[in-house]
Amino acid sequence: MNPSSSPQPHPSISLAVIGSGGAGVMTAGQTLLDAAAASGLFGLMTRATGPQIRGGEAAAILRLAPAPVECQDDRLDLVLAIDWNKAERFADELILDASSRLIVDPGQGDTPAWIQESGAELIEVPLGALTREHRGARANTIAVGLIGELIGLPAMIVERTVRRILDNKGAKLIDGALAGLALGRAAAGGMARAEHRISPVENPARRWLITGNEAVGLGAIRAGIRFCAAYPITPSTEIQEWLAAHLPEVGGSLVQAEDELASINMCLGASFGGVPALTATSGPGFSLMVEALGLATQAEIPVVVVDVMRGGPSTGIPTRSEQSDLNIAVVGAHGDAPRLVLAPNSIGDCLTTTQWAVQLAEALQSPAVVLSDQRLGQARATIAPPPSRDSQASRRLAETDGRHYARFADTADGISPMALPGQAGGEYTATGLSHMVSARPSASGRDHQHQLDKRQRKFERFDFGDDWADVDGEGDMVVLTWGSTTLPAREAVTRVRARGQAIRLVSVRLLSPLNGGALSALLQPASRVLIVEQSHGGQFYRHLRAHIDLPGHTRLFNRPGPLNITPGQIAQAIESAALEDAA
Amino acid sequence: MSSSAEQAITVLRHKDFKSDYKPVWCAGCGDFGVLNALTKAMAALELKPENVAMIAGIGCSSRIPAYTSVYGFHGVHGRALPLATGLAISRPDLTVIASGGDGDGFSIGGNHFLHACRRNVNMTYLVMDNSVYGMTKGQASPTTEFDWTGSRLSPQGTGQPPLQPLEIALAAGAPFIARAFSNSPNDLARVIAEAIGFEGFAFVQILSPCITFRPEQLGWKKRVHDGFEPADSRAAAYAALAADDGFTTGILYHAPRPAYRPPDAPRADLDRIERCFEVLS
Ligand SMILES: Cc1ncc(C[n+]2csc(CCOP(=O)(O)OP(=O)(O)O)c2C)c(N)n1
Ligand code: SF4
Repeated sequence: MNPSSSPQPHPSISLAVIGSGGAGVMTAGQTLLDAAAASGLFGLMTRATGPQIRGGEAAAILRLAPAPVECQDDRLDLVLAIDWNKAERFADELILDASSRLIVDPGQGDTPAWIQESGAELIEVPLGALTREHRGARANTIAVGLIGELIGLPAMIVERTVRRILDNKGAKLIDGALAGLALGRAAAGGMARAEHRISPVENPARRWLITGNEAVGLGAIRAGIRFCAAYPITPSTEIQEWLAAHLPEVGGSLVQAEDELASINMCLGASFGGVPALTATSGPGFSLMVEALGLATQAEIPVVVVDVMRGGPSTGIPTRSEQSDLNIAVVGAHGDAPRLVLAPNSIGDCLTTTQWAVQLAEALQSPAVVLSDQRLGQARATIAPPPSRDSQASRRLAETDGRHYARFADTADGISPMALPGQAGGEYTATGLSHMVSARPSASGRDHQHQLDKRQRKFERFDFGDDWADVDGEGDMVVLTWGSTTLPAREAVTRVRARGQAIRLVSVRLLSPLNGGALSALLQPASRVLIVEQSHGGQFYRHLRAHIDLPGHTRLFNRPGPLNITPGQIAQAIESAALEDAA
Repeated sequence: MSSSAEQAITVLRHKDFKSDYKPVWCAGCGDFGVLNALTKAMAALELKPENVAMIAGIGCSSRIPAYTSVYGFHGVHGRALPLATGLAISRPDLTVIASGGDGDGFSIGGNHFLHACRRNVNMTYLVMDNSVYGMTKGQASPTTEFDWTGSRLSPQGTGQPPLQPLEIALAAGAPFIARAFSNSPNDLARVIAEAIGFEGFAFVQILSPCITFRPEQLGWKKRVHDGFEPADSRAAAYAALAADDGFTTGILYHAPRPAYRPPDAPRADLDRIERCFEVLS
């Protein structure tokens, strides 16, 4: 079945601008996305780049629609190639067919065979030659003018967007860009086609343009994070950069640490002092942090680590997504070290889940890991502003009278009031050693067991409420997923429903501790369960199996990165699972 | 009278800065001298115990926080400096003292040492240097002599020149650098007090014998001599180090420079920050 013929939840247009890194592809993409948003549309831009900084391949992939979209479609309507440099690396990603249109510059040499074989309609536009018509016009702004015209974005709005983006870059640059837009618009003359035009929405409601990484940063600040220490790593660096700009504005601070070992330990130092702290990293950096996560568990110090996952193991694929850090997030530490693991399942949810993670970490005096990934983190989308979760994080603090403060006192819910430096009578030494209730180190089996039990109890007694998963729809068939894979799964489910099949989507947000009881109750009555995840080893599936009895009819649809799982692939998997059922 | 009111008018003596935990150290370990001098320094500075935090990694020497009555954090091996850095930056009202051994500080934690020196956060770092890993029973450390054959892990000696902590601290940009000896209680307490009072990163290498795995270090008593004069120029400090036999004590370098402060940006409320994301038409 050709997935492109599946019913769409709503009309949308998918397009890509490709070229060498440095050719301005990302700026072109962002301009189009921003201009579409300013025209009342929703949209999503995904960055696809190689590991090189300049000279490698780059693609800005956009999907625009009159309603929110959070994942890319299975195919592209329109591709504009500024050049063909290393474009073959996108052969698996840029899916074209006979109804796609491809704009190429004949001056760039032969069109690659894989593009010609797709059957897409080729339209030649001499982009390079056009840049010589006006000094200062660049191919990428010509592309914006051309695409904007083809898809029907009002020229005024596109111009205003360009001016805004280039705001302080000087009059010369702005003039060049505006000339480029005009050249592009002129080149589009006569090419427009009805099915590639989308009508702007009149008087749209309030919307935000935000990336997943920025949303994490905002969620952190909303929750009360006031310290961050981090070491740059793709694709998490934008979280650190965003916090570096904004934490000082709310009285917090950010340190660029010498490495990830320092990052997380600096956070533990700040949090020991009562200042909520967060660090952001990706796989290799996260691997370096697990020792300190164990310390945070043993010493009961809240800390939040956001791992923006990328392809692994080792240095893996820095610029592409995968969901393969689940294992290390849940159990990566020596000893019995229970901790919180959460995953956002949309760009807006990067904000709310991070905020919740901070609240949980503070309330439970525990490390919390937020598993985002490149697909969420580096995508920029127009979204409805996320609702505010008013409550800031709060920690149970000790009242001390200077006599018998026991830092790790046993309590019914396992949470012990914490004294903070500066507080007289609370002086104690936090330690990674096994200890007594007083915090005094102890090698006694009884003390050890007692504290292990106490810490476990924190997780068992806490009321996590209803946010542990997003459950959508009713039906005998359940699609069970997590994190960014929820985006295409949501769309696949919408498509399948449009064909009349009842189906339920369950996206698990709180991965550890898993709400096994509630999850089992959702799954047991289902006649078919399809687990969807982006890992080679089926890490989510195995994690679930470790905690609950999955129904016999459970199937696994898993793919490693770096290619994103598409809605069409999931819709097909749902269909074959259903057919199998009928057979 | 409440206990806190009592505290406010009582001048604490150095014993009051000790906890009631009995140290796990071997009788005769140099670290006892460091604990005594440190508590004396804290009493002399009239610090309030609740406003002091002692931060350590792992090793015999790193147990020191629990033996004081101030706040403490006994973390994982090699990471005392990052813990202390995070605390000192986010809580500038506290007196933060990082402490530990030569293995903890210069081997596993070596990178943090370099960066703490150049970052210059306001805190004190006390390294109890016994040129051996005491806690893991006697292996060579970065400051061990190249021909020491006392370890089963390096039976032919390390063959590597010992690392020079003072030279490294100077090269890395530490603004306060000193060496002291655990068996000279008054000198040590004075140097520690100066280090704590210093505004910025103050590093003190404390020669602190391990009598169990390096009993010959008892002979350090005869070799230690004073001689460093606080230099305020790097050239003078390098000259003093060139003439150093490893046993010169005193403040080597004292050249205040502004301590690291997080940027103080204009205050913005959350609403203003969130407005950056609003779609403008
Ligand atoms: C990650 C890690 N590696 C190894 C160890 C084992 N270990 C504990 S203390 C220590 C060396 C301590 O030497 P030093 O810092 O010189 O302190 P001393 O015991 O001599 O005071 C080592 C290697 C550990 N605890 N953690
Ligand atoms: S082993 Fe050495 S360093 Fe450790 S306590 Fe004994 S004497 Fe001190």
